[in-house]
Amino acid sequence: MLAESLALTAALFIVGVIGVLIHRNAIIIFMCVELMLTAVNLTFVAFSRFYGTAGQVFVVFVMTVSAAEAAVGLAIIIAIFRHRQTINLKDINLLKG
Amino acid sequence: MLLQTALEAASQAAHPLSGTVAEWVWLLPVLPLAGFVINGLLSLNNAHFGPSDPNTAEHHPHPEVLDAAGTHGEEGGSGDDDHAVKRHRWAGVVSIVGPGVLIIAFGLAVAMWQAMAGAHPEAPFVQRYFSWMPVGSLQIDAAFQLDQLSMVMILVITGVGALIHVFSVGYMRDDPGYPRYFSYLNLFVFFMLVLVLGANYPVLFVGWEGVGLCSYLLIGFWFNDKANADAGKKAFIVNRIGDFGLLVAMFMLFANIGVLDFIGVNAKAVELGAGSALVTAICLFMFLGCTGKSAQIPLYIWLPDAMAGPTPVSALIHAATMVTAGVYLIARSAALFSLSPVASLTVAVVGAVTAIFAATIGLKQWDIKKVLAYSTISQLGYMFVGVGVGAYVSGMFHLVTHAFFKALLFLGSGSVIHAMHAAYHRTHSHEDAQDMRNMGGLKRFLPLTCGLMWIATLAISGIPPLSGFFSKDEILGTVFARAHGSTLATASWLGVPGGTLLYIIYGIGLAAAFLTAVYMTRMMLYTFHGPTRTGTEEENYLHEPSWTMTGPLVVLGILTVAGGWLNLPELVTDLIPLGPREVLGHFLDPVVGSATARITAGASHVPAATEEALILTAVVIAVSGILFAVWRLKPAKVPRKRDAVPETGLEGLVANKYYVDEEIDRFIVEPTYKVSRTFLWRIVDNGIIDGLFVNGSAALARAFGWIGSRLQTGNTGEYAWAIVVGVLILLGAFTLR
Repeated sequence: MLAESLALTAALFIVGVIGVLIHRNAIIIFMCVELMLTAVNLTFVAFSRFYGTAGQVFVVFVMTVSAAEAAVGLAIIIAIFRHRQTINLKDINLLKG
Repeated sequence: MLLQTALEAASQAAHPLSGTVAEWVWLLPVLPLAGFVINGLLSLNNAHFGPSDPNTAEHHPHPEVLDAAGTHGEEGGSGDDDHAVKRHRWAGVVSIVGPGVLIIAFGLAVAMWQAMAGAHPEAPFVQRYFSWMPVGSLQIDAAFQLDQLSMVMILVITGVGALIHVFSVGYMRDDPGYPRYFSYLNLFVFFMLVLVLGANYPVLFVGWEGVGLCSYLLIGFWFNDKANADAGKKAFIVNRIGDFGLLVAMFMLFANIGVLDFIGVNAKAVELGAGSALVTAICLFMFLGCTGKSAQIPLYIWLPDAMAGPTPVSALIHAATMVTAGVYLIARSAALFSLSPVASLTVAVVGAVTAIFAATIGLKQWDIKKVLAYSTISQLGYMFVGVGVGAYVSGMFHLVTHAFFKALLFLGSGSVIHAMHAAYHRTHSHEDAQDMRNMGGLKRFLPLTCGLMWIATLAISGIPPLSGFFSKDEILGTVFARAHGSTLATASWLGVPGGTLLYIIYGIGLAAAFLTAVYMTRMMLYTFHGPTRTGTEEENYLHEPSWTMTGPLVVLGILTVAGGWLNLPELVTDLIPLGPREVLGHFLDPVVGSATARITAGASHVPAATEEALILTAVVIAVSGILFAVWRLKPAKVPRKRDAVPETGLEGLVANKYYVDEEIDRFIVEPTYKVSRTFLWRIVDNGIIDGLFVNGSAALARAFGWIGSRLQTGNTGEYAWAIVVGVLILLGAFTLR
């Protein structure tokens, strides 16, 4: 039972990672990051089924933090869009050395 | 620790000097230090730094106030308003404080001497004040030591010093830097007393460096003239070379016997091994320091230039006290030098060569102070011959008598220069006030100075019964005696048997004595006798100085006559009962007696007949030197300075001091400049330090920064790739391990 759950979460996580790596659109990358967080949450839940409820407490925390992160991240994306009329990461390289 | 302190206290209590005035030994240097502070603070108020100050310029409209001779004591008496000089606001206070502290210190020194003469202490009286350098096994205390040797020195320093301070009141009367002058002079006396009172080499070294500093400050006292400032720098730099030697000697002493206080070194010196290479090296390094401070070959070159300072400074620092510090150091380290016949012979050889070398240069100098400067170098050479052959008492004896008669000669020349300068100042003339070619016949105008300087001249020439005769004769006699039987006679120096070498030194000493008589008589003849070359108008203004200047001259004259009584040889007291014999010898015996005994190695005295013959020879040589000078020199035929033609041939060689300064410039100074400019500046400094180190490290940092900045593409996707790849690598590393 645990193995199947972990295989599912791993698959979800890898989908998220690949999404982050191959996409250029900030919103999509953002959604992929959320997907990775969800995969991790699922892992916690799966473990808590067998090893106690501490994992579920973590999930609550992760969801809180990701909600806050989503608020800040979306705000940044909107600000960038207002400035540059684009959210394509290829065109945003202000930190280039 | 407590026990040690208690033991020390017990040993202190047992010392015959504890509880006497000797407990106040700290006050001796503190007095002139207080004088330095007071005069120094006063010099800051209404400050005049040198003759070019606008306040004084209106009173000194003539360039001779800046002449290279650097003589400034003008207007002994009341002058007409044209020449009246505004004295420093605090000159009155300074005139009391400056000499006052020295007179009090001299009184204190005399009281200590009385206490010491009554107590006859065998061991030095050491006063510890605080622990100065407690570093591991190295324990250096700030401590003073009063013994017979330092007693002799402090009497000379404070006594002659007080006289010269009083003389300075008259000589420097109108100088705008009057308080500054006295503050430096007081500071010098402070450091000199620290030098002779220090109970260990580091404390001595503090005084040693301090007197060098004051020498520098006073040589360059009139620093507005570049030549004077250069002379000060030269003295300072040349002395640093010698000080390096003294430092190395101190390091070697500590490395090998682990102590630096005089009592400890005296006790442990034998552990170095008699005649060993180590003790020879220590002594030779120490002697290098002495050649610098006491102006011996090869480091004598600074002393003639040091005459750029005020004449009383030349008398106090560059004749009577500071330059004798080297002689004192060797007498103080007698326990070391007596262990090394080679080092002792080196000291004697260098002293003898310096004595004759400087004496020949003195023959052809025209500047009255230069004659005395070379005379000083020559006489210091005699002292080193004395301490070199282990006649520490004779060396110290000559040090004391030389302090008397050379201070008299210098102050006398100061009196002459003062008169000359005042005369030239009145007539608005630009002639050189120190050149003997501009003098002549001054006997008529300065009879007292002339008479006193003749006494000193006869004394330095070695005419009995003046002080110089006894001390010089004692040194020469001891050299002769050492050649007959001593550890020096049996040693060999660079392959030359010590006995032969000592005879040669004796011969050189006699020759130098002859030359001394010649050049001193020459100086007196050209200065005081024959026709007056100063100028007819100037003759109206030549006069004896005020009592503050003649008074010290008279006292020094008396000392010059009577100084020989300090150490009458047995032969003389047997012949004429003048007084107790060898007072100084008996007095100093607790300090240098054992070292002297080690060198004589039980050899018997020279027979009385030989000794009589030696004394007779010395007197005949001195008299013949004076007569030779009187016979050969024609003061009437000397041209004035402006009419003089430069000497040629051998005379030119001597008159130009054997071109030693020029050779040093050519072989040391110029190559140093060249190497500095081409190699050190362009290659080492510009190329390696600036190029490789400073700019090189900057370029290196920039290169790494450039590489690092290439990694920062600013592309978020690439960062994400980097993170993922990094994580995969880490995971792979952990799992495949």
